Amino acid sequence: MLTLVVFVMLLSSAAVMVYVERKVAAMLQQRVGPYLVGPRGLLQPLADVIKLMFKEELRPLAADRFLFALAPIISATAAFSAFAVVPFGAETTFFGLLDTPMRLQVSDVNVAILVVFAIASMSVYGVVLAGWSSNSKYSLLGGLRASAQMISYELSYGLALASVLVMANSLSLTGIVNHQAGTWLGFIPRWFVFIQPVGFLVYMTAGIAETNRAPFDFPEAEQELVAGYHTEYSSMSFAMFFLAEYINMVTVSAVATDLFLGGWHGPFLPESLGWIWFLAKVSAILFFYVWMRWTLPRYRYDQLMAFGWKVLLPIAAVNLLATAAGVLYFGL
Amino acid sequence: MGSDLLFYIFGAVAVGASLAVIGQRNPIYSVLLLILSFGALSGLYILLDAPFVAVIQIIVYAGAIMVLFLFVVMLLNAPHEETDYDERVHPLLRAGPTRFGVVLAIGLIAELWWALTKGRETGPFGDGSVSSVAAIGRSLFTEYSFQFEVTSVLILVAMVGAVVLARREPKSEGRP
Amino acid sequence: MSGLVPTPALSHYLILSAVLFTIGAAGVFVRRNIITVLLSIEIMLNAVNLTFVAVGRYRGTVDGQIITFFVMTVAAAEAAVGLAIVIGLFRHKESLNPDSFTALKW
Repeated sequence: MLTLVVFVMLLSSAAVMVYVERKVAAMLQQRVGPYLVGPRGLLQPLADVIKLMFKEELRPLAADRFLFALAPIISATAAFSAFAVVPFGAETTFFGLLDTPMRLQVSDVNVAILVVFAIASMSVYGVVLAGWSSNSKYSLLGGLRASAQMISYELSYGLALASVLVMANSLSLTGIVNHQAGTWLGFIPRWFVFIQPVGFLVYMTAGIAETNRAPFDFPEAEQELVAGYHTEYSSMSFAMFFLAEYINMVTVSAVATDLFLGGWHGPFLPESLGWIWFLAKVSAILFFYVWMRWTLPRYRYDQLMAFGWKVLLPIAAVNLLATAAGVLYFGL
Repeated sequence: MGSDLLFYIFGAVAVGASLAVIGQRNPIYSVLLLILSFGALSGLYILLDAPFVAVIQIIVYAGAIMVLFLFVVMLLNAPHEETDYDERVHPLLRAGPTRFGVVLAIGLIAELWWALTKGRETGPFGDGSVSSVAAIGRSLFTEYSFQFEVTSVLILVAMVGAVVLARREPKSEGRP
Repeated sequence: MSGLVPTPALSHYLILSAVLFTIGAAGVFVRRNIITVLLSIEIMLNAVNLTFVAVGRYRGTVDGQIITFFVMTVAAAEAAVGLAIVIGLFRHKESLNPDSFTALKW
């Protein structure tokens, strides 16, 4: 039952993100954005979905049929499954509607962080198979570059996760969030972002690179590679890649909120309404994502790889070392 | 009860996928089937109360090593294998290692049949809890710390070796 | 349902891993494509991992999982170096058939 709710939530969040992206982009570029469809353009995502459903489904003649069909399935499945272990609220009865409190997490495993990481590493296959099976040079190059970028930034992602682990002493996401309850001095919340700002920045950077968003979206840059690995896809398969990208963004933001921003803990609301705070924090990070895309210029591919290996990875490693030293000697 | 059935399902998927890996012609399908087999093995590890190893299996094997294999297959563009022998000849009649391989396989299957029917049944698993990552970490860094450090040197050596071995030789300057 | 299939005991896991090992070993000899040979070696290593974890669980220690950790690391290193060698070989002679590399044969 909760699974269905989470699934529908993720789908609608993707739809909302489509609208938000275009409106925020318009705001940053000082224009209006979608305004024709529905009041203030609010039905624009619906129009997009209908258009995508009615487009013709094409397949290049020389494409490998099975892999061509499998690649968007892998991308979308990995994107949805990663959210299964992310908790988004404390135990709640939804204003007294339910009899027993329901935990707001689809499955509580005690290695939750590693499961998120594992599913993120499986989403590489969707990209690389899409590039290969399309049998076109733009797709192949885009696919190989995108997957090489994703596996390079996974290392910094993992090290940023590890520094949070060292501080929270637990791999379970619920445990990490509960470690951040309470405040210092009565008003500064005990979020990890205040103790680990470098870790948070490394995590966000690696997360943006993992989801192939600007400024790291060279593999799907329109000016360079047509559309990269999803050049040859149309209609619903393209929609699945699109969907997978937005849901990956939501998952990275949700995990960042759980790890660094205190999850569902907030000042004024009681624990059982914590999911409102969670929603607010995730929305803030998603706004940051969209803002980054339309503000910063794109990294060139070799600059991107050099940054990932030569700058971000040493910073993440030193951060882990410093965190471990801090926990050991200062008992943080 | 449900987990008993899961063992047989995962086992069947692992064995079936592995058979398909060695039987499949196209190397890309082989790699993808092996990833499926690793997924089934990961499920078996969870049944054995080892969630950490299960997740590490996905992260390291299915998520990193297989990506490496996939890259190499794509870069070398190796669609099918060319064989020296005639494909229509039965495997047992082919010369050389193939014959040995098939004989070895038959011998091992016979041995397994013997083990299934005659071997001593071991007792069931004791009641164990899901092993905690903390226990693994503690043991890894105290009892096995030397092996851990040696493994890090091994990885360094492998990295340097892989980069050097796959490097393109610079073209020599002098022209004939 | 409970009487339909026997509860898996240690011997079931050991037999499963022996079957996987056999498949891997047969693959090394039967296939004439270097990459498939390397994949069969990975199957064998996984079978060994399964044995370690199963026996570790049977004895109630965590050592089985730790050894698995090391086996995985060694497998990763070996796959990396092996594939680098394959790339070097392919550059020299455009073939992935191990039978075609006969320079060191007497």
